[in-house]
Amino acid sequence: MFKIDPSRFDVAREFKAKPFGEHSPELQYVLNYMRSRQTPDFHVLVMTEPGKRWVLAHMPTGGGVPKLTNRTFDKLEDAEWHVFKLRWKDITGQDLPID
Amino acid sequence: MTKIMGYADRLSLQPGETVGIMASVIGADRFRAEIVRLLNPNAGMGASDYREAAIETPANGTYKGREQKIHAGSFGVVPEKWALKSIESFTLQAYVWPTTPKKGPQALLGTWAEPGTGFGLALDAKGAAEVRIGGFKLTSGVPMLERRWYLVAASFDAKSGQVRLWQEPIYDKTFHAERPVFVEGSAKTSASDRGAPFLFAAWRAGEARAPTLWGHLLTAGHFNGRIDRPRLARVALDRAQIQALTSGMLPSGVEEEVLGVWDFSKDISSERIADLSPNRLDGQVVNLPTRAVPGHNWTGAEMNWTKAPEQYGAIHFHDDDISDAKWQPDFSFTVPANATSGFYAAKLTADEAYFYVPFFVRPTRGTAKAKIAFLASTATYTVYANNRGRFAGMRTELYQGRLSMMDAVDILQFEYPEMGVSTYDRHADGSGVSISSRLRPVTNWKPHGRLWNYCCDLFIVDWLEHTGLGYDVITDHDLHAEGQDLLRPYNVVITGSHPEYWSLEMLDALDGYQRQGGRHIYMGGNGFYWRIAFHPTDSNIIEVRRSEDGVRAWDARVGEYYHQFTGEYGGLWRRQGRAPQVATGVGFISQGFDASSYYRRTEQSRDPRVNFMFEGIKDEILGNFGVLQGGAAGLEIDCADFALGTPPHALIVAKSENHSNTYILVAEEINIGHGALDAVQNAAIHADLTFFETPNGGAVFSTGSIAYAGSLPINGFDNNIAKLTTNILKRFVDDTPFPMPK
Repeated sequence: MFKIDPSRFDVAREFKAKPFGEHSPELQYVLNYMRSRQTPDFHVLVMTEPGKRWVLAHMPTGGGVPKLTNRTFDKLEDAEWHVFKLRWKDITGQDLPID
Repeated sequence: MTKIMGYADRLSLQPGETVGIMASVIGADRFRAEIVRLLNPNAGMGASDYREAAIETPANGTYKGREQKIHAGSFGVVPEKWALKSIESFTLQAYVWPTTPKKGPQALLGTWAEPGTGFGLALDAKGAAEVRIGGFKLTSGVPMLERRWYLVAASFDAKSGQVRLWQEPIYDKTFHAERPVFVEGSAKTSASDRGAPFLFAAWRAGEARAPTLWGHLLTAGHFNGRIDRPRLARVALDRAQIQALTSGMLPSGVEEEVLGVWDFSKDISSERIADLSPNRLDGQVVNLPTRAVPGHNWTGAEMNWTKAPEQYGAIHFHDDDISDAKWQPDFSFTVPANATSGFYAAKLTADEAYFYVPFFVRPTRGTAKAKIAFLASTATYTVYANNRGRFAGMRTELYQGRLSMMDAVDILQFEYPEMGVSTYDRHADGSGVSISSRLRPVTNWKPHGRLWNYCCDLFIVDWLEHTGLGYDVITDHDLHAEGQDLLRPYNVVITGSHPEYWSLEMLDALDGYQRQGGRHIYMGGNGFYWRIAFHPTDSNIIEVRRSEDGVRAWDARVGEYYHQFTGEYGGLWRRQGRAPQVATGVGFISQGFDASSYYRRTEQSRDPRVNFMFEGIKDEILGNFGVLQGGAAGLEIDCADFALGTPPHALIVAKSENHSNTYILVAEEINIGHGALDAVQNAAIHADLTFFETPNGGAVFSTGSIAYAGSLPINGFDNNIAKLTTNILKRFVDDTPFPMPK
């Protein structure tokens, strides 16, 4: 069974450079692993200005009202990278030393 | 914080007709309404600046606001009748199939009402059968299992006070350790509750001030699961008599004491429930529970309920079914005689809250004001109404390849779950939602938020406005009702970004139009995919049975593949001899939502038959830009397949390429699973821009991509997608026939 190798910063850098579109098999495995987990809640984005501004929120798995955080983004790519780093830490126990 | 939501009592209006608008306001005592015609989506970067045309009408103004409730949960009801008035002793019995036995106390059948009058069968808090007589309760003490049939029966002899309760599992070839349970007790109470209706799957909980779907009745204790062959007698029957009554036989010697012998296999397509006893305690179901589902005696030998209705005597009730919010109108709008056809909305605002209530204005029946018609995918919008499953877990992100996104209006459906869900969801008990009604606030028919369906179709409206060629807007609902005559006045019919759901009537109408020289532009992806059935008397309600195959949020249980509204077989049109490739040249091949791609012109694009398309276009790459994930080819994409019905003379003028890992081959293309299912590895995954001529001078052009519409407005419509599409539209408007190729 696949597990994320916390030393593969190259995979994280690939995601940061291109969160949408074709990924390497290694990165796709990492993303599939992150997005397949069973967690009490998961991240969603609440759009506050059409196509311009999004707020990160926690959505209860199975239903419920999303809880908004105070973290906002004006680029979807930035939101994806922020959540990727949170999940990396959550899964591997290690911070990603990449800004 | 203030909340506002609403809906319209009509969907498609002709000039002179009136629509009633229902609103509910929480946190403010007034709201403002404006009637607007929508001209484009509020899509942000790359798209046209958002605009809407204000309509001058007396309907615009400020109104008194009030909260209007939604009463979700289906049930059956028999109105108070003479036979129900004199009950002291009784027997109640039914086959039941609980789906959430542990959710808390739930009603099965009877007159029992809060806080404790009448009599009834129920499930207790642990899921065990329970009989209730006034304030008295007797439970079997043994919880029932999920999705397993039981005979549940109870009797009460008012003279002796003896109460008996049976809970017996039905043999179904599975292995289990359950045994029949029989308990008895003594009650000094009365079953009498004069003037009470008899209910199935809910009990009475008072009356509302505003009308509900059944008078002013309020209900609670909604049961999740199936009830089959319910019976009522006004004596305490013994076990042998109960057994006789299960089959509908009136037990000898007490025939006249049997009050109700309900047969739910009758009138399955309707909301009627029939009592076969001489008392005719007929009733109705409320909030559209699911019918045409296997009962306790289904053998598996017959899949079609119309062929063996006696095996389909069950009704599946859900505590989140909703057929009509039944709100009172707050104001109305009469369409002016000279109104422009289009996408309209009542824009409701209260403090910072807003809500668009959509409706459509079409030309007067039998007339057209333009040579071009845009067919709004209102059947598809209805099927998607209040899609909540998208946010049920991380699965959506897994297949979409990006974080899920919502806006403030989407959040309403989590704050007010009684708004109900879509046919992309499962009920609270895990069963697939097969029925969707438009008669409730809908959070995803709006010009903002996630760019999908209705919102994406506004990109096409924006482009049509830009061309200045003039267009009418007509709807799927009009097409289903009026057939080919609706389309006949038009040189061109444009279908939207995602016209996924089609009734037989709609598909036949389009086919007839195409065969009589009509021109069709299919400006989308994953269209003409699922078969649907409209409610027999209320077209606001649509059913879809997701049988067999296809990309689907849930799969219909075996034995439930036939629609209850029409008896028609459900599932993909591809599985019923009418693959999308027949009508449009292309059909669904893949979906992915992280990034869109582009098309590359083919050698066939040099064919003189399609020279008109490429006038003024020198690019080989088409649509490597767009609001919808950056390209014209993406989200859900279609390709040609000559084996499935793409016309042999069709020209594929451009093919998409370079799709990402999230684009996976559709389920109906996979017989044996393997590791090369994504677009990076599988060359079958692409969209085809396809053209072919049809008889009597007609033609079809298909884009095979939902994302296509989002490329039209880029650079102020000065781009190769807008140019190509406008070239095609102008030629399609031209009366000059398209000759069939020799």
